[in-house]
Amino acid sequence: MNKKLLTWDFWTFVTISSVAVFGLFLMYPLFSLFISSFLDPATGFFTLENFGKFFSRKYYYQSLINSMWVTTCVTILSILIGTALAYFMTAFKVKGKGAVEVLVIISMLSPPFIGAYSWVLLGGRSGIITQFLSDLFQMEWPSIYGFSGILLVLTLKLYPFIYLYVSGALKKIDASLIEAAESLGCNGIKKVVTVIMPLVMPTLLAGALMVFMNALADFGTPMLIGEGFNVMPVMIYSEFINEVGGQANFAAAMATLMVILTTTIFLLQKYVVNRKSFTMSSLRPMQAKGLSGIKNAVMHIAIYGLVLVSIIPQVTVIYTSFLKTKGQIFVSGFSLDSYRIVFDNLALAITNTYVYSFAAILLIVFFGMLVAYITTRRKSWLTDMIDTLTMFPYIIPGSVLGITLLLAFNKDPLILSGTATIIIVSLVIRRLPYTLRSSSAILYQISPSVEEASISLGASPLRTFFKITAVMMIPGVLSGAILSWITCINELSSSVILYTGGTKTMSVAIYTEVIRASYGTAAALSTILTLTTVIGLLLFFKVSGSRDISL
Amino acid sequence: MSVAIHIDHVTKRYDQVTIIPDLSAHIKNGEFFTLLGPSGCGKTTLLRMIAGFNSIEGGKIKFDDLVINEIPAHKRNIGMVFQSYAIFPHLTVRENIEYGLKLRRFSKAEIKTKVDAILKAVKIEEYQDRLPERLSGGQQQRVALARAIVIHPNVLLMDEPLSNLDAKLRVEMRSAIREVQNQVGITTVYVTHDQEEALAISDRIAVMQTGVIEQIGKPQSIYTRPYNVFVSTFIGHSNLFAGKIKVEDHKTFVLFQDGYQLEMDNLSAVTDGQEVIISVRPEEFSVQEDGIPCTIHNRVFLGKYVNYTLAFAPGMVMKNQSATEFSQDLGHAEKVFEIGETMILRPNKAKINIFTADQRMNLIRDVKQYE
Repeated sequence: MNKKLLTWDFWTFVTISSVAVFGLFLMYPLFSLFISSFLDPATGFFTLENFGKFFSRKYYYQSLINSMWVTTCVTILSILIGTALAYFMTAFKVKGKGAVEVLVIISMLSPPFIGAYSWVLLGGRSGIITQFLSDLFQMEWPSIYGFSGILLVLTLKLYPFIYLYVSGALKKIDASLIEAAESLGCNGIKKVVTVIMPLVMPTLLAGALMVFMNALADFGTPMLIGEGFNVMPVMIYSEFINEVGGQANFAAAMATLMVILTTTIFLLQKYVVNRKSFTMSSLRPMQAKGLSGIKNAVMHIAIYGLVLVSIIPQVTVIYTSFLKTKGQIFVSGFSLDSYRIVFDNLALAITNTYVYSFAAILLIVFFGMLVAYITTRRKSWLTDMIDTLTMFPYIIPGSVLGITLLLAFNKDPLILSGTATIIIVSLVIRRLPYTLRSSSAILYQISPSVEEASISLGASPLRTFFKITAVMMIPGVLSGAILSWITCINELSSSVILYTGGTKTMSVAIYTEVIRASYGTAAALSTILTLTTVIGLLLFFKVSGSRDISL
Repeated sequence: MSVAIHIDHVTKRYDQVTIIPDLSAHIKNGEFFTLLGPSGCGKTTLLRMIAGFNSIEGGKIKFDDLVINEIPAHKRNIGMVFQSYAIFPHLTVRENIEYGLKLRRFSKAEIKTKVDAILKAVKIEEYQDRLPERLSGGQQQRVALARAIVIHPNVLLMDEPLSNLDAKLRVEMRSAIREVQNQVGITTVYVTHDQEEALAISDRIAVMQTGVIEQIGKPQSIYTRPYNVFVSTFIGHSNLFAGKIKVEDHKTFVLFQDGYQLEMDNLSAVTDGQEVIISVRPEEFSVQEDGIPCTIHNRVFLGKYVNYTLAFAPGMVMKNQSATEFSQDLGHAEKVFEIGETMILRPNKAKINIFTADQRMNLIRDVKQYE
């Protein structure tokens, strides 16, 4: 028996390396951050002063309240819009359903700060709509900046999550359940409230968590459109960037508070979902019914309107990218100047984006499959621990992860700050859990006897993994990886903290161009990014053979 | 090369739970050997120990003279057929069968010859370029069989290979398996919980219960001369009567509770007055003038037979039996009885089995536990 424990095979090696990798790049930085948040910047002794400072000054703690307030509003609004859209799209016949779905997904996958920035272009102080309305009607367009702007942009970006989750769940409801409700005399709105809503509730809560975490952690949107409305990620970023060294402890304390907050929300959601979780599988999904007359018209107008508003940012950036510019100002007429400037000055950002994202995705797929294998097929207390560790990136906001990595690796013995490695590491850490989960799910569906069959035919366990198991996993893993790749190229919140001149990525470049008010080049870069996203998405549809997106 | 398998006092433990305490069996070269038992009896566990997917906590398993305890599964040269078929879904039928041959580095030409021959033997030539998802269950199992046999393994191991098929296909595949096994003459260990399947297909059967082999024998011996009450009731149906031995003038009788007696000339050492269990199969009764009376409780018409459920006088039969039954062969029946009627049944004394009162041993002379 004892001999078994000491067997040194490939999987033991994988197990130990994953513990080492997660320990080095996740736990060590995270604990450095926690410890740093309790240290006095001047003396280096233990203190609660950093937290005291935060809670004693309104300027600071207001950002926490703001964050919670805007995040809650975004989540509620997204739930309402996303659920309604999912219900109408599933229960009723909608013309151009496929196109609507693709546009909704595109608006979700493109970076939120593109939304922020094009809404500034549209409805900002000198925005197109603002000018138009004041010129023609002397009307005042409500301010796009601050709370309402963040709410608008984040809701439009995040309701698609709810839509995808809920419509997935609705597809799993067997039509006979609805018919049973109807046969018992339940109809209309009552049917929705008593049968359909409870059935999709666990999925809805999972989607709501995604929205909440994304909204809370989003850095780009409030930075560009928030103006006086301070939120936590922006506060952490500016405290950290302003005076690295002096204020790092204070920024660490704020980051710690944020991790505590997200952890609480995460555990709360898990607790609620676990209590009411059940599985469904439908033999006969709901059939979409046709609506007629005024109801039908209203539904179509609402859905098309929503999609139009969601996709406006993308259309705006593509349009403005072809406008003639003079310095930073748009002048009348079209040209490719913006693109010329981008390719002359910012070509590195484009190459960086592709190089980093491809490197990251290769590592994610390779590492994700191996770790998924040990956590599902080689269960032990060690692999259980790895499984728990991989949950952490779900709850760590991007900017916080950026700070932890920077704090941990800007000194000997391992200096990574300013390198491409640290950006790739942050991408891998952030996206690995998603690939890991989907790989595990796929592995659970592969019968172990398939592997045993291969072994019985004379293939060693390792060979079996690469020749059989991995090959069977690849299609599923790959389609998930494409989605991860799309989020990698759009990543801003951790890269903006980790980048230096040479490691700038497209999203960072867009952000800095917007900050410099050089909207033409920002638009051109955004167009390239959006185009890449759309191509990635089409590739995903092709590889996975379906439109089922899970993030 | 096909081998004999020697299982010497093996033990299987998961943590503190012992699944197989101490089990021995010897499987001859080229034999079709079946492990039969209710679910949870350890038959699959034992098979997987032979395959190398389960560790061996004690004792030895040998292929001929080679102890295989520490040889990893992929070096044991076994062919295995799984309950779930375990066909590689991303490979075509031909590629599935080639898989093991490629690992053994046969030349392209050799591989082609071997695969062509086996495709023909299991009758799936026409599907060779299909992906497995487009095959029926029976066809998939043929692929699995071909894939396992084509590598000329030392032993062929089959884990409930037919349990996912429908009844008709099961019978068809049963003969296909037996036919192919005969052709290649390979030592086969077959696991099933289906006794009819075991009786039809095997050279010898090991009947298992809770990690212990209750009896090893040819199908006919297992059925006609079960070693103990478990085997006699697990394989087929047996009616159990409480009885007693009477020895008088060098003659030996078994006595039913109502005093009816049969003279037996095939019992081993028994003593006068010894309590016994008399085991009578439903087809070992016949309707006669003398015998034991009973009332018909229920009747099921089965074509060749009529199956009666019987009620005997109180105290006659052993407790905890599912039912006491009589199968009347319609080819020779003079009368079909109605529910509620009374009849007199005489057990065939050449066929019935007499067990010790503790149910553990057959008192008929020369019944072996391990044949």
